[in-house]
Amino acid sequence: MLRKAATATQITHLQRLWLYVVCALVIVFLVAPTLLVVPMSFSDSRYLQFPPESWSLRWYEAYLGSLEWRRATVVSLQVAGLTMVVATITGTLAAYGLHVSRVKAGKYVSVLLTLPMIIPVILLAVGIFLTFAPVGLNSTILGLVLAHSILAIPLVLITVTAGMRNFDINQEMVARSMGASRPWAFLTVTLPQIRNSVLSAALLAFIISLDEVVIALLIAGGDKATLTRRMFLALRDEIDPTIAAISTLLIGLSILLLALSQFLQSKRD
Amino acid sequence: MTRTTPANDSAAEPTNRRALRSQARGEQSRLLALSLPAFILVGTLVLLPMGWLFWLSVYGSDGFTLENYTRLLHPAYKETLITTFELAFLVTGLCILLGYPLSYVASQLSPRWASLVMLCVLFPFWTSLLVRTYAWLVLLQRRGVINTWLMDMGLIDTPLKLVHNFTGTTIGMVHIMLPFLVLPLYASMKTIDFDLMKAASNLGASPTRAFWEIYVPLTLPGLGAGVILVFVLSLGFYVTPALLGGGRVMMWAMQIERSMAVYGDWGAASALGVVLLVMTLGILWLLGRLTGAFAGAGGR
Repeated sequence: MLRKAATATQITHLQRLWLYVVCALVIVFLVAPTLLVVPMSFSDSRYLQFPPESWSLRWYEAYLGSLEWRRATVVSLQVAGLTMVVATITGTLAAYGLHVSRVKAGKYVSVLLTLPMIIPVILLAVGIFLTFAPVGLNSTILGLVLAHSILAIPLVLITVTAGMRNFDINQEMVARSMGASRPWAFLTVTLPQIRNSVLSAALLAFIISLDEVVIALLIAGGDKATLTRRMFLALRDEIDPTIAAISTLLIGLSILLLALSQFLQSKRD
Repeated sequence: MTRTTPANDSAAEPTNRRALRSQARGEQSRLLALSLPAFILVGTLVLLPMGWLFWLSVYGSDGFTLENYTRLLHPAYKETLITTFELAFLVTGLCILLGYPLSYVASQLSPRWASLVMLCVLFPFWTSLLVRTYAWLVLLQRRGVINTWLMDMGLIDTPLKLVHNFTGTTIGMVHIMLPFLVLPLYASMKTIDFDLMKAASNLGASPTRAFWEIYVPLTLPGLGAGVILVFVLSLGFYVTPALLGGGRVMMWAMQIERSMAVYGDWGAASALGVVLLVMTLGILWLLGRLTGAFAGAGGR
């Protein structure tokens, strides 16, 4: 097995064993640090050790027992859920319109809509703070949802456009020639067939909002502080083990969403 | 019933065509209008504020001024700029060093193993940036896991300073940026035709020479896209340097936040912002032209 040729140039597996070792180490580097947090969150001591000397749920109790952490969690989930709705609807509408329309300006609109992906987040955050200040949207749920939607729209646009490319738009034309209106044809013919792309896009929008730190740091004060904002501020001062418990919960959520998105992708052709 | 004469028919046709064309144009505009909600959001929250930021940077209490920009030549700002570029170059280099072998092997594995490896690359991608930064903080701190292990093994007597400095920031940033390099690189490696390598061998090239002269050049567009992404994201990075640098590593983005939030100095914050924006867009444009890979760039 090891002496078999691995490449077109007849290098054997044995000759490039070092390469496999390097890859394994890189994968450990990518995955292990995050996963180590999970057992450490069940540690009993203030100084997180691996493996923990004694086990307890005290950091989970600290998290659930704290009004501040609970409130921040609720704010984060609310904002992420609403962002998912706003970004998925506006992004999907834009993706559909820009894909089907043959107006030349459409190209420029697509580029403009993907700009938030290229501009550094700190600049977006400063700009949004400036815009929100006179209209009193700083430290509100609505403000956070609008700001996070900006970040999510480019990814929704890209994901749904990719789905539209696999869809034959003539099917919609057939529906319309038989009397369906354009919105009706979209809802009953097109949307069911790009469903998986739209759902993937929605998941992405949710996780982007939930993970967002920088914008929340600048615009989400007071009782509208998000979970990530509280975590960031807590980490800057001192390493509070409660964060290990919260991190473990977030990792679990990430795995769930990743599995869901992989499932959706496997069903997409 | 005079309408059936041929003369009338040909007169009616252009009218129909005109009506149809204007109807089609109306339909196209209505389709374009579907992007209006997204466009209004991005326009008011991204495009307008960027313009405003530019205005703030050149317009002071007494009219137009370049004072905000000349102040950026101050040594403290220069040092921030140097640190930012140093880190961005170092992180990009390390990402190539770690990401190239990984993508290379992953692109040649059987579909099942390849998807397992790519799942490992995607997993950090989906995990919160803050959680991953926290993990490094816990691992690298004075009484953290790595120092404890090294001391237990008797390799060191006193804990190493691994975090709240340049080293920790670099490690954390490479960890965050690596998937951005691997994903486009892997995609481009998947499309390479291995018969080309066979042909090179056939013509007498050594495996090493075939690799460097045939394989590597073919991966350059994908590598270019990944490098651009990593470099540009590193330039504007805030969260990880702020936490792992422990205030000792001052990045451009942190300078912006500090000018605004701590000193309330909008002139400085906006000038710093405009410079960062111009650098970012400039590099994207330049490297996009150089490698022609701009279209392949994408991601978070």
